Amino acid sequence: MKDFIIPDRDFGTPASKSKTMVTLNIDGFDITVPEGTSIMRAAAEIGITVPKLCATDSIDAFGSCRLCLVEIEGRAGTPASCTTPVAPGLKVHTQNAKLKQLRRGVMELYISDHPLDCLTCSANGDCELQDMAGAVGLRDVRYEAVETHFKPKNNSGEANPQYLPKDDSNPYFAYDPAKCIVCSRCVRACEEVQGTFALTIEGRGFDSRVSFGAKTDTALTSDCVSCGACVQACPTATLQEKSVIEIGTPERSVITTCAYCGVGCSFKAEMRGDELVRMTPYKHGKANRGHSCVKGRFAYGYASHKDRILSPMIRDSISDPWKEVSWPEAMEFAANRMKGIIAKHGRHSVGVITSSRCTNEETYLVQKLTRAVFRNNNTDTCARVCHSPTGYGLGQTFGTSAGTQDFDSVEHTDTVILIGANPTDGHPVFASRLKKRLRAGAKLIVIDPRRIDLVDGPHIKASHHLQLTPGTNVAVVTAIAHTIVTEGLFNEDFIRTRCDWDEFQDYAEFISDPRHSPEATQLLTGVPAEELRAAARLYARNGNGAIYYGLGVTEHSQGSTTVIGIANLAMLTGNIGRPGVGVNPLRGQNNVQGSCDMGSFPHELPGYRHVKNDSVREVFESLWGVQIDNEPGLRIPNMLDAAVEGTFKGLYCQGEDILQSDPDTKHVAAGLAAMDCVIVHDLFLNETANYAHVFFPGSSFLEKDGTFTNAERRINRVRKVMAPKQGYADWEVTQMFAQAMGANWAYTHPAQIMDEIALLTPSFAGVSYEKLETMGSVQWPCNEKAPEGTPLMHIDGFVRGKGKFIVTEYVATDEKTGPRFPLLLTTGRILSQYNVGAQTRRTENVVWHDQDVLEIHPHDAELRGVRDGQFVKLASRSGETSLKAKITDRVAPGVVYTTFHHPDTQANVITTDFSDWATNCPEYKVTAVQVSPSNGPTEWQAEYNAQAAQSRRILAAE
Amino acid sequence: MSADTDAKLIYMANQIARFMETKPHAEGVEGIASHINDFWEPRMRLKFFALIDSGAAGFRPLVVEAAAKIRRPAMAA
Repeated sequence: MKDFIIPDRDFGTPASKSKTMVTLNIDGFDITVPEGTSIMRAAAEIGITVPKLCATDSIDAFGSCRLCLVEIEGRAGTPASCTTPVAPGLKVHTQNAKLKQLRRGVMELYISDHPLDCLTCSANGDCELQDMAGAVGLRDVRYEAVETHFKPKNNSGEANPQYLPKDDSNPYFAYDPAKCIVCSRCVRACEEVQGTFALTIEGRGFDSRVSFGAKTDTALTSDCVSCGACVQACPTATLQEKSVIEIGTPERSVITTCAYCGVGCSFKAEMRGDELVRMTPYKHGKANRGHSCVKGRFAYGYASHKDRILSPMIRDSISDPWKEVSWPEAMEFAANRMKGIIAKHGRHSVGVITSSRCTNEETYLVQKLTRAVFRNNNTDTCARVCHSPTGYGLGQTFGTSAGTQDFDSVEHTDTVILIGANPTDGHPVFASRLKKRLRAGAKLIVIDPRRIDLVDGPHIKASHHLQLTPGTNVAVVTAIAHTIVTEGLFNEDFIRTRCDWDEFQDYAEFISDPRHSPEATQLLTGVPAEELRAAARLYARNGNGAIYYGLGVTEHSQGSTTVIGIANLAMLTGNIGRPGVGVNPLRGQNNVQGSCDMGSFPHELPGYRHVKNDSVREVFESLWGVQIDNEPGLRIPNMLDAAVEGTFKGLYCQGEDILQSDPDTKHVAAGLAAMDCVIVHDLFLNETANYAHVFFPGSSFLEKDGTFTNAERRINRVRKVMAPKQGYADWEVTQMFAQAMGANWAYTHPAQIMDEIALLTPSFAGVSYEKLETMGSVQWPCNEKAPEGTPLMHIDGFVRGKGKFIVTEYVATDEKTGPRFPLLLTTGRILSQYNVGAQTRRTENVVWHDQDVLEIHPHDAELRGVRDGQFVKLASRSGETSLKAKITDRVAPGVVYTTFHHPDTQANVITTDFSDWATNCPEYKVTAVQVSPSNGPTEWQAEYNAQAAQSRRILAAE
Repeated sequence: MSADTDAKLIYMANQIARFMETKPHAEGVEGIASHINDFWEPRMRLKFFALIDSGAAGFRPLVVEAAAKIRRPAMAA
C-alpha cells in the first residue's frame, strides 16, 4: 500500500484569479502574487505562516479574530493580514515585539473563556486554538472570567445561563458550544461553500453563539444537509466528527475517489492502522475542490456493516437456502453451470451485466469475460436505464456521447438551463458550485415537473420554472428552439462555420412551423407560452449558456429525442466549445461514464466502437487471441425477454441490483426465475440475489485499486486503504471466474488492466497509472493529440466534423392517464439516499429518510380523502404497492412523485415496460397511476417480502 | 408469453419508425434499417422477420419498407 503525503497547507484565504501581478516585501523577502491576494496568503506562499484563527482558504476572509495582525511600513495601526490585500511595494512585518504582545493579549482573552481539558479533548492534536496558543507563546492567562460559556455552573453553584449542552442530534458530528470561539468559520462555510445557510450567529457581543437556524432547532431539525463543510472548517472541537471522538486522530491519509454519484469527488481517506477514521474532501480534487456531501463524507459505514457477506455461497435452486463454500468451490460450481448451459443452449444463451459502481478495470474485465470467454456480446450495464439516450443523442449530433465540459466550467456560466435534474439531491457538490455561481449573478431556468429546491432557495431564485407535464420534454425543448429560430436569436456565424448549413435550413423550416410554437403546445405541456418565450430569450441572449440535465430527460419514450433537442439548442446559440457553456449530462452513479467507456454496451467495444467494424474487432482479436462476434448482443430488457422465452439461461451480474432498479419488477423477476444460473457479485444479498444460484461476495471501494470516471470524463484513482474483507478485490474475483471458465488471464494489478485498455482504446491511449500519479486525474480523450487530457470538447470543431441538426418531432408517450389511472407518477432521488439504497440504507443516513413517501398535491389528496402521513395504495397497470403520503405543492395537481431507495416500497412494481425508442432506456419518469387510501402493505409487498426472506436463508456452518 | 414479446417487438420497431418518419423518406428508411441492424441482437431480428414474413401485421409502413435493408441473421450457435 502506498502512503500519499501530499502537502495540504492552509493558505488562509482563497487564491486570487487576477492576471495582474503585484510585488511586495514581507519580512525582508520579495514576493510576487496576483492582485487581490491577501497579505496572509502572500506570506504563506513564501512559507511564513501568520498566526490565525478565523481564516481558512476555503472561505473569504472575515477579519474577526485579530490574531493575524501585521505592521506595514508607512501605514497606521496593525491591520489584519487576512483582509488586507497586497499592494505594490508594501513592506510588511509579520513578527515584532508589538505584534507578539498584541497576539498574546488576543489569545489570553480567547483562552479565558475556553475549557482547558486539552488532554481529553477530541481535537487534541488537531486543534488550531491549541496550535496558536503555542505559536504566540502564551504562557499564562491573567484573567479569571466571571462569566463563561463553558462552565455548566457558575462559581456559586448556580446553573450558568450561558452554558449550552452538546448537540448530538446529528448522527455523524457533534456540536459542543462549550468549545466554540465564535470565529464563524462554520457559518461562512455553510454559506459560501455549501450554500445552505443553515448556520447563523445568534446574539451580539458576549452573547454571540453559533446556532443551527432558530433557537429551538438542533443540528438535525434545522436546514442542515450534513455536508460537513462546517466540521471541516471548525478550528476546535466544537464541530467534530463522531468517528474522531470515538477513535482518535488519524495518522495517515490516502487520496481516493468517492463511490457515490457521478460528480466523483476526491477524498482523503484518513486512517489509523487499517481503520478508517474519517473521509475529508481533498482540496486539490478537480471535481469537488474540497467540498463533499453527506454521502461521500459520512456514509461509508456500509463497508463494515454486519449485512456484508464475506463468504462465497452456492445453491442448486433458488428455493434452497444458501450454503457457504470456499472460493475454489464457488468458482467450480459457477463455471460448471455456465459451461453446462453453453454446451446445451449455445454460446449466446449467457451474458453479463457490468457495474457502474465498480472500477473501470473491473468493468472492462466483465465485458471481456463475455466477449472473449463466453464468446458473445451479451453485456449491458445500468447506464441502459439511465444515460443510454445521452450516448445516442449526443453521438448523432456531436459525434461523441461525451459531456462537453468540466465542472469548473460552471464558474464561467451566465445562464443555466437545468432540465430533469435535481442536483441538490442527486449531485450535491455540483449543486453547491452552481449555487455559488447563481449567488454571483448567473441566471437559472429550471425545466422540471416538480418544484425542486433550486427553484427557490436561500439567496437563489430561478428566473423561470417551466413546470411541464411529465412526458412533454420534447415539446418544450422544441418550442424553445422554435422561439430562438423564429425570433432570430440564433448564432448564424457559429452555425455557418461549425454546423452543416443545409441541414440547418431543413431544421429551421421544421422548427419554424407554428405547431411547435409555445402557444400551440402550452395546453399539452402545461407551460405558459410567455414564460417559455422569456426563458428562450434569456438562454439565447444572456452570455454563456450552459445546459445541465439528468434522468428526467433520458428516462422517457422520447429520451433520445430530447437529448438531440438539447444538442440543437446548444448549436443554435453557439454555446459549445469554450468555458461556461455546453451540454452537460449529470451522470447518476460514480462510474456510469466509465462503464460506458469500457465497452459495457452490447453493440460496442471499449471506446464506443461498433462490433460490426472489422478493423476494430481485429485489434481486440489479435490481443485477446479469440474471434469476436460481429453481431450486437442483448440489452438488459432483451435479456429478460429472451430468458422468459427460454433462450437466455445464465447471467453474471456484478454490482447491480436489477430486480430493484429496473422497471416492471414482475417482468424482471420472471426473467431471473427462468434462468438456470444467476451469479450475483455484490457486497450484500441484494434483491436480485433472491433469484441467484451463486453469490460472489464483493469488495468495497476502500479495499481495492482502480479508477472511476466521473461525469466530466475525469479518470480518478481509487486507492486501496485496507485489505478486502472477503479476501479478493472484485477484479480478482472476475479473473478467477474467467480462469475457471478456461481463460488464461494473469493480471496481478489493475494498472496492467489499464495498460491493456490504453493499448486498445484510442481515447485512452495516453492513460496510465503513472500519469494519474503525476497529474492527479485526467479527462479523456487523453492521447498523443491531448497528452494532458481534454477538459473541453469540440473547441475548434465537432468530433463528427460538422454539428448535425436533427428534427425533433414530439410524439406523445403511450403511457396516458385515463379514468382508471388519472395521475402521472414520476420518480427521483433524495440527498441522503443513493440509488437502490443498498449502501445508504446501511448507514445512519436513514435518520433523514427511512422510507419512500409519495408526494401528492393537496388538491389530489383531498379528492381522494388522503391525509398527510397516511398509507396509500399506488397502482398502475403493471402493479401496485403502498407507501405513506406526503401532501405538498411541490408537485403540480395531477402529478405524484416518489423515490426508489427502499425495496419495501418497490416503486418499480408500478413502472411499466415502455422505453426510449432508440435505446430501450425505460420510461421511469412517466407512469399513469391511481392513488387511494390504504391500511398497509399490499398483497404483492407481503408476498415479495416472504419470498425474499425465504431466499435469504443461509445454512449454519457445519 | 410469445404473443406478448411479439407485440413488444412490433411496438419497438414502430417507435423507431415514429422518429424516422420525420426525416426525408429515403433517410428514414435507411435510418430504421441501420438502427435495427446496429442494435437488435440476431434473436430479435429473427423474430422480426418471422413477423414480417407472416404478413407484417401491426408494423408501420416505413418499417415494412425498411425490412428489405435489414440483415437476416445467420443464426449459428
